[in-house]
Amino acid sequence: MNDAPLPTSLERAEKLQGMGCKRKRVEDVRFTQGKGNYVDDIKLPGMLHGDFHRSSHAHARIVKVDTSKAKAVPGVLAVLTAEDLKGVNLAWMPTLAGDVQMVLADGKVLFQNQEIAFVVATDRYIAADAADLVEVEYEALPVVVDPFKAMAPDAPILREDIKDKKDGAHGPRKHPNHIFNWQVGDKEMTDAAFAKAEVATKDLLSYQRVHPCPLETCQCVVSFNKITGDLTIYGTFQAPHVIRTVVSLIAPVPEHKIHVISPDIGGGFGNKVGAYPGYICAAVASIVTGLPVKWVEDRIENLSTTSFARDYHMTTEIAATREGRVTGLRVHILADHGAFDACADPSKWPAGFSNIVTGSYDFPVAHLSVDGVYSNKAPGGVAYRCSFRVTEVAYAIERAMDIMAQKLGMDPVDFRMKNFIKREQFPYHSALGWEYDSGDYHTAMQKALHTTGYRKLREEQKAKQEAFRRGETRELMGIGVSFFTEIVGAGPSKNCDILGIAMFDSCEIRIHPTGKGIARMGTKSQGQGHETTWAQIIASEIGIAADDIAVEEGNTDTAPYGLGTYGSRSTPVAGAAIAMAARKIKAKAQMIAAFMLEVHEDDLEWDVDRFRVKGNPEKFQTMTALAWAAYHQVPPGMEPGLEAVSYYDPPNMTYPFGAYICVMDIDVDTGVHKVRRFYALDDCGTRINPMIIEGQVHGGCTEGYAIAMGQEIAYDSDGNVKGASFMDYFLPTAVETPHWESDYTVTPSPHHPIGAKGVGESPNVGSVPCFANAVNDAFKFAGSTHIPMPHDAYRIWQAAENLGLHG
Amino acid sequence: MSLTNVSMTVNGKAMSAAVEPRTLLIHYLRENLGLTGSHIGCDTSHCGACTVDVDGRSVKSCTMFAVQAAGATVLTIEGMAGADGKLSALQEGFREMHGLQCGYCTPGMIMRAYRLLQENPNPSESEIRIGISGNLCRCTGYQNIVKAIQYAAAKMAGLEFKEAAE
Amino acid sequence: MIPGSFEYHRPASLSDAVALLGRLDSDARLIAGGHSLIPMMKLRLAMPTHLVDLAGVAELKGVRLEGGDIVIGPMTTQHDIVASGLIAEHVPILRETAEVIADPQVRYVGTIGGNVANGDPGNDMPALMMALGATYVLRGPDGERRVAARDYYLGLYETAARPGEVLAAIRVPRPPPGHGFAYEKLKRKVGDYATAAAAVILTVSSGRIATCAIGLTNVAQTPLLANDAAAAVIGSALDKPALARASAAATAAASPAEDGRGSAEYRARMAGVMTARALGRAFARARS
Repeated sequence: MNDAPLPTSLERAEKLQGMGCKRKRVEDVRFTQGKGNYVDDIKLPGMLHGDFHRSSHAHARIVKVDTSKAKAVPGVLAVLTAEDLKGVNLAWMPTLAGDVQMVLADGKVLFQNQEIAFVVATDRYIAADAADLVEVEYEALPVVVDPFKAMAPDAPILREDIKDKKDGAHGPRKHPNHIFNWQVGDKEMTDAAFAKAEVATKDLLSYQRVHPCPLETCQCVVSFNKITGDLTIYGTFQAPHVIRTVVSLIAPVPEHKIHVISPDIGGGFGNKVGAYPGYICAAVASIVTGLPVKWVEDRIENLSTTSFARDYHMTTEIAATREGRVTGLRVHILADHGAFDACADPSKWPAGFSNIVTGSYDFPVAHLSVDGVYSNKAPGGVAYRCSFRVTEVAYAIERAMDIMAQKLGMDPVDFRMKNFIKREQFPYHSALGWEYDSGDYHTAMQKALHTTGYRKLREEQKAKQEAFRRGETRELMGIGVSFFTEIVGAGPSKNCDILGIAMFDSCEIRIHPTGKGIARMGTKSQGQGHETTWAQIIASEIGIAADDIAVEEGNTDTAPYGLGTYGSRSTPVAGAAIAMAARKIKAKAQMIAAFMLEVHEDDLEWDVDRFRVKGNPEKFQTMTALAWAAYHQVPPGMEPGLEAVSYYDPPNMTYPFGAYICVMDIDVDTGVHKVRRFYALDDCGTRINPMIIEGQVHGGCTEGYAIAMGQEIAYDSDGNVKGASFMDYFLPTAVETPHWESDYTVTPSPHHPIGAKGVGESPNVGSVPCFANAVNDAFKFAGSTHIPMPHDAYRIWQAAENLGLHG
Repeated sequence: MSLTNVSMTVNGKAMSAAVEPRTLLIHYLRENLGLTGSHIGCDTSHCGACTVDVDGRSVKSCTMFAVQAAGATVLTIEGMAGADGKLSALQEGFREMHGLQCGYCTPGMIMRAYRLLQENPNPSESEIRIGISGNLCRCTGYQNIVKAIQYAAAKMAGLEFKEAAE
Repeated sequence: MIPGSFEYHRPASLSDAVALLGRLDSDARLIAGGHSLIPMMKLRLAMPTHLVDLAGVAELKGVRLEGGDIVIGPMTTQHDIVASGLIAEHVPILRETAEVIADPQVRYVGTIGGNVANGDPGNDMPALMMALGATYVLRGPDGERRVAARDYYLGLYETAARPGEVLAAIRVPRPPPGHGFAYEKLKRKVGDYATAAAAVILTVSSGRIATCAIGLTNVAQTPLLANDAAAAVIGSALDKPALARASAAATAAASPAEDGRGSAEYRARMAGVMTARALGRAFARARS
């Protein structure tokens, strides 16, 4: 008999390492030893390598492609062109946005570095040599790189393949270079509000083209077994099941013979959702040769041809009373989609969830209209922690609110607080159609103001401006504020699907006789730590230690069908499925416990890791004992075993929000900035692992910092892409990256089984406008109202020069 | 192109492989020796994911030909744990302080941090940030990487790591 | 990402290296640290058929004092420049400059010879060498000759070195004790080339600037010696008008390219700002 005191409920709960604790990551054990298993680590017997020859032109007819010299290089097995792919109906492939995209250039090229030929060789060095030897004759065509000129009457027609199609996937097209128009809100009432507005602002707020740039590029290894007809695809896929279904629709292999496996992925950020020509060409090459084929893109290829982000040009108007109460919001967006509409949006949403543009504010009326256009740039648009275009419109509303506050002569925080949706208004129906689940904006804002000493900062700023005017300093101080509400957790089947597949997600849990278990989900972590956090949810729900639950994702043969990980959907959707599956297991265990303890189920209560009899706590059964019992001692009529599956169709999206404040000092004579302080308060509802949440905030804010302060994928007037290598693409090092302070409030989601909302995208959504507002704030005293991003030193200097601040 | 035999000591073991002169050290390690812990993240020698230790120097192995490293003593991430499997202080620190997310920059980061702590066993935060400025990370924002290195520095000096108050 | 093929040579002496260059065709390149050349080869902007690796030539390494000169072996890495006690004592501006070149890994391998020899206007050391009045010792098939750094840079990647010549030594005359120095480099981030940079060496006598040399980095097709800017401050106590004239002269001397770092006008103005800041720091450091 053990004389030691029995562990208390609290001690037992701590041992579980369930929700709320800073559980150390399971993944780290292999990653810190260089034992991750990334796609380029995979080596299969006889494996070949593929490499592309790419277009030097942005828009040109292909007169001739000569692959003879490439084919003659020893070690080259094949060189595929569009002609070869036409034979298997794969020269073009469908995109996730209802468009079609060339896999290999068919008759013409539409953006610089577009794929023209795919070389297959015995090693990657030979493939590179041969790719260089492909010769292409071009006939240059005029180029479209300015989206504002794409629909000019005399604009060159880019998409000759659909030039006679008056209707696109999302309705009528008004020009051969037009993709769609999407509108929401009440136009009449909004126009009326503006017609009688006491104060109105109107600004073109452009969000420049950038690229998510995960440290690992896109890659795959495809292996076709000619004997069995099985096609195995290892790849950097954030949504492996979707890839499997898409491949089954376009390739001559049925879905049950396609095995898609996402191993460890070195960062996704939305770059690895869609299908790329490299995947298709590798698959065709493997089917043709019967050997595995690996394709690994290099960094320049990644930055210049895979899914870009943003390129949204938002004319944003706010109407308000003189006292500072907003009365209307009117936004028109020109969206540059590049050469093909390859946006990874849910299918009914060609402009993503841009109708969250009303943000955290109670606009009585609003109207949004979006026009998408083609250009001679790489395809894509939805990526980089954007939550489906939420980053874009959050930038627009947060900048526009600052501009209106300035016009009204109000402090930007006071103006926001006057217009916040109030706590009592939740669930809140926005003027553009969303039902926000929960929020408490005033509390979050007050906490942010108090912690940063905001009012004192404004006093300091005033003093510094006076010192600047007196010539005592050449430094300006900017205080940036952003209060974002974003929308994640796609999504309810009634309005969210990818190519017709509803955006549910799933979890399957199997508990073994000895009380350990394995769980698989339809999501796929690329650094978010699901192996660690998903087990924490299960531990809290069913009282088995997180260390005793193995978590697997990414193998489509074993994982239940899911829509993958992006747009912060994993916790809201799969997290719910995990809780629901766990509750099914708990319900079955309860029945077994009742049977073993010879009481009715209702006489039992749950205590951390066991069921005990109400009023008689010495009579209990632990989950571990119940697991064993499930395999030999179940009640009559009950199936043995202890496992459950849940496919969760969320009833609504979730709405994380946050209050970010940035203090910045700018050297007017060089344009160089220094971030003095960055405070990020996030409300993501229930917090599963605070350590991981903090990591997401640090990482997302660092991405946002880079976007706001220097990132850009630009094109010159000939369509040459600029900034598509690390020589120029701004990725801050540890020296430039600011120090991050993260804080939180908790406003659980009322419709989510564990009240969690998701957090991964929030810091990118919130930080970009915060930095932009800080820069703009510094120059308000000189009469500036809007300076566009990116805020690199040159452009800040130029703004100062234009304002006459260089004397 | 004729192959040439290139030998070097890697993680304490004599290794050899027949490669072309143009074979990059990163490919020699990953493809010829099967040491896939070091990674490739760019093509312009900026990201540092390929960082290994060559003759006591932090080197971007994507910017060196294997032939240049003939006869050298090389340490990679695979050689950081002890022969008994005990993790080094740095590997432990990265886990304790959540200094990694996707894990892709981590081997290069740890190998650079290893040499940094050899150069300077007690670096300030600023010295750490400058010290790892040749290693890019897209996930962590570096803050917890700095803590991980501080943890390791303390542990290697026989001290307990105390996180600075926010 | 993948370089073209080449044959690899690793001579054991300088004379072997020179002889080898003489025998191989004009597509042979020298490789020092390789951190300029290998990135170019990986992008296939350079496709040499032969590489002559100087890593095995011991006589090209090291730093020593020889009379009034610091003599630096071209194969000395930036890391070793930073660590050198001799340099810290006698030519500290070299250390200050090396510390802002690239990043720690590149400094471990990249050499000062590689930084000065090929005429890349983005490199930091050339303007500094011009300001210091350094001399390059070149060894070729016909023997040795010396070329002043100020005469070495002729155009974009165009230098006074003849085919087949190898940089054998860098001779830097020791600035007088108590001299003022500063290297002020504006860049977008660690590892980037300069948006504009200024190297200043000066001496002060009775509170006034007696001698001054100013080198400008990456604001023209070659490094620049900003003589007018230097002249503007000589004889002054670095008062505001003198500083302003120096700054304006530096801007006028610059003809930078527009690129991701900014417009030509911005970069030229920054040459002026960097000059002013470098002058200020150098003056503060100097002892009369």
